[in-house]
Amino acid sequence: MPINQSDIEKVANLAHLELAEEELKTFGRQMMEIVNYVEQLNELDTKNVEPAIGGLTPEGAETDSARPDELTASLGQKTALEEAPDPAHGHFRVPKVL
Amino acid sequence: MARQTVEYSITAAERLNATLNAFLEIDREGALERATQSEKSGGGLAGIPIAVKDNICVKGLQASCGSKILGDYHPPYNATVIERLTKAGAVVIGKTNCDEFAMGSSNENSAFGPVRNPWDTTRVSGGSSGGSATAVAAGIVPVALGSDTGGSVRQPASLCGVVGLKPTYGRNSRYGLVAFASSLDQIGLFARKVEDVARVLGVMAGRDPHDATTADVPVPDYVASLTGDLKGVRLGFPRALYGEGLDAEVKTSVENVVDVYRELGAEIVDVELPHANYAIAVYYIIATAEASANLARFDGVRYGFRAEDTPELRQMYRRTREEGFGPEVKRRIMLGTYVLSAGYYDAYYLKAQQVRTLIKNDFLEAFKRCDAIVTPTSPTPAFAIGEKVDDPLAMYLNDIYTVTANLAGVPGISVPCGLSSERLPIGFQLLGPYWSESTLFKLAHGYEQARPFNERPPISA
Repeated sequence: MPINQSDIEKVANLAHLELAEEELKTFGRQMMEIVNYVEQLNELDTKNVEPAIGGLTPEGAETDSARPDELTASLGQKTALEEAPDPAHGHFRVPKVL
Repeated sequence: MARQTVEYSITAAERLNATLNAFLEIDREGALERATQSEKSGGGLAGIPIAVKDNICVKGLQASCGSKILGDYHPPYNATVIERLTKAGAVVIGKTNCDEFAMGSSNENSAFGPVRNPWDTTRVSGGSSGGSATAVAAGIVPVALGSDTGGSVRQPASLCGVVGLKPTYGRNSRYGLVAFASSLDQIGLFARKVEDVARVLGVMAGRDPHDATTADVPVPDYVASLTGDLKGVRLGFPRALYGEGLDAEVKTSVENVVDVYRELGAEIVDVELPHANYAIAVYYIIATAEASANLARFDGVRYGFRAEDTPELRQMYRRTREEGFGPEVKRRIMLGTYVLSAGYYDAYYLKAQQVRTLIKNDFLEAFKRCDAIVTPTSPTPAFAIGEKVDDPLAMYLNDIYTVTANLAGVPGISVPCGLSSERLPIGFQLLGPYWSESTLFKLAHGYEQARPFNERPPISA
């Protein structure tokens, strides 16, 4: 399936990446090559094959993930904000949304 | 004693880092303090210095993931594996260099420059856990942690001449490992001897309420499995994988390994993995799809780097990510976003998950006839820095022998089996059924006893 310039721009937009002109070109070419390569999967008939989504190992799938619903300590506001690029008054400050 | 051992490691790390670039942070003061504490409190790993890949959280140390987008991020908590290892007395001396967000097979995708191979500093260390592999190979630390999503522990182990393990999916907790592809990621480890890997895995492994994919499977005494008795063990030989693209010296070397196992009493049986050739294609759909979702969290809001002069929110996200991520990460986010986007999901992602089932079934079928499978770890010894950077697909093909284990969730271990004519390490890989780490250790240790690999690289502590 050919990937054109507008496809690449659309994908970059979905991925929240402001790609430079040069990157759009290079990635377009490289993605095309990789997509061509992965299309070899179409040689295989998978009509009746279940997709491998979810528990990879039988035991993993059976592991009981439920736990008692009890309060436990969490990071707390001060610690959670310590790594923020622009914290203000106990919040994460961001540029204007609208 | 603990303090001396740890100080030796720190000094070696500091001295060799200008040459190898294996460490992104060396915590001299903190590590010495922890060593003193460890001396007092003891434990099974008391005073053992370890190095940790920079995508695994250690409280108080940086976690850059080899990326600029995390800025000067210092996680406020320990990964579960770190919690367990430090409780047993191990002392983290620093954080190791890696491909950005563990995406790469050569360490050239690190925002902080490539790690250099201690056997030949013009060559790559392998990746993505290249810093950890190098730190062990150069004798800086006896044990180091990495993560393995498609071979990122086993391949650098092979290229650097050390032992590297990727456990069964669900064996080690991923809590505190920065996620790349959640259904493939597994924390693994490096050491020079199989016994050390076995001992440390026993401390790290097991169910963790913080990671719902860890399994309720008992952690056996792995060291007890190192019996040296390989009589009657059935070793699968997938002949078809020893063909095209495999370096002649690597091929001969791994075929010799098979002969050694035969001498040790193992039974060699032919097995087939008919869908193995599709593994790279499946991997690069699933891994990029999961990465595009996992890396959406890096948006300049809660931690790490934020681009300057962006008065509008969406522009801030887009520019932060454009400036913060390196080319390979952007390429994979793009590819992952593409294969998940409307109209393409069934053709790529769903198809890949179906072929993944076929790959998993290949293993289940093969393991009816054998206890483990032997393959090369990497198709070639370490290649030159710069050799493959412009050709992503050629770089991806380095993982041909390792990705299948991640797709199926089975464990794999890479063990050194000699040097090439250019004095570069060659490794072989053993793959086993789910939770068969004991068998892999027994086999790896048996080979190690028969053919000890005692060579040291020219750059060494």
